[in-house]
Amino acid sequence: MKKKDLISIRDLGKDEIENLFSLAKKMEGAAKSGKKFFNDKIVFNLFFEPSTRTNLSFQAAAARLGCTPVAFNPQVGSVQKGETFSDTIKIIDGYCDVIVIRHALEGSARFASQIAEHPVINAGDGGNQHPTQTLIDLYTISKIKGKIKGLSVHLVGDLKHARAMRSLLYGLGMFGAEVTLTAPVGLEMDPAIINEVKEKFGTKIRLTGKVDLKDADVLYVCRVQKERFADPYEAEKIKKEFRINPEYLERAKDDMIILHPLPKIDEIPEEVDKSKHAKYFEQARNGIPIRMAVLYTVLGGSGA
Amino acid sequence: MSINVEPIESGSVIDHIKAGRGLKVLRILGISEEFTGRVALVMNVTSKAMGKKDIVKIEGIHIDEKTADKISLIAPNASLNIVKNSKVVEKRKVVMPEVLIGVAKCPNPKCISSFESSETRFKVEKMGLRCAFCERVFQPEELLS
Ligand SMILES: [Zn+2]
Repeated sequence: MKKKDLISIRDLGKDEIENLFSLAKKMEGAAKSGKKFFNDKIVFNLFFEPSTRTNLSFQAAAARLGCTPVAFNPQVGSVQKGETFSDTIKIIDGYCDVIVIRHALEGSARFASQIAEHPVINAGDGGNQHPTQTLIDLYTISKIKGKIKGLSVHLVGDLKHARAMRSLLYGLGMFGAEVTLTAPVGLEMDPAIINEVKEKFGTKIRLTGKVDLKDADVLYVCRVQKERFADPYEAEKIKKEFRINPEYLERAKDDMIILHPLPKIDEIPEEVDKSKHAKYFEQARNGIPIRMAVLYTVLGGSGA
Repeated sequence: MSINVEPIESGSVIDHIKAGRGLKVLRILGISEEFTGRVALVMNVTSKAMGKKDIVKIEGIHIDEKTADKISLIAPNASLNIVKNSKVVEKRKVVMPEVLIGVAKCPNPKCISSFESSETRFKVEKMGLRCAFCERVFQPEELLS
């Protein structure tokens, strides 16, 4: 039997994603009731790059399933000692039943999956993919809105550097949403991914440099870092323009929801947290059932 | 005006190269000043099918599968003739495969394939060639430098 990995959103079909969503729904129940599905499986989090939230969320999901989570963050030192990445993977592969990996190099998870005999889950490979984040985003939208097809989704912020936004655009296209990309000049989404999504899914994609939420059903925000600008005055001006001020929300639909991959800094002011639109904490909570569903699937679970 | 090139006893002839790409084909074949065999590059000659075309004739090299895949990146549909004992022993079109394996390095400096030894893979898509590791898309010319 071919082992299952989760490396890229590009490897998943719509039906597979929908199956994961219905499984995640069941996992929400299981997490509440305390139902366990495994008792002898080890989930190994191998994080070459720190990411506290993703790491903890995978560990909590593993524990909820009844698996034993183990985490290891290789220090730069052990890399300097000269052990190759592939040697590290082979060794860890011998310790566990599934490897969850984060690494700064793009394609590292795919590479690891070709070496490891156990399933590999990509928890972020540089600027490339972070598929469980995309699944959480899509799951949150479909859970709150009851659908994704036909929704108007606005992605706002630095769309050039945000990995989450690229995969999300792909997922939104797959599920038939209409997308507005709002980014400052110079921080626009890579045209290669826009063209890919348009061509593959026929997605309606609008490009703009001005935040206007009038028709939005979903607003997805990511940070604009001032380090991206040479001129500090320009940086301040752009940051202010792309901060989600309560005035922006006055034009928005009553039931528009705001999502954010978290951690957020000042791109969403605190007073917005209390508004009915803010759903990013709920989104973060959805990380547990989605990661439970993914782990359950790659481990070949049954009885859910 | 006609240009005559003497026949070769053993080597390769690549015909129907898109006009202007002949020099690049020589580069793929690794032809430099040190090369001692006979080489002919004919550029911009009239072709019934293509209008204009380039032709490369090279002595002493029998182009293998991988090199042919590489040539397909810049000269798709070129025709390749392998000559042995003054006879054409193999004649085929240079066709871009669906997946290019081990043919070119990934130009992305952050791609794992430039750090770990593994065969590079590029899937041919409508927009270009997608690296199976970093998933970025490149144009054929980018993979040759
Ligand atoms: Zn690559």
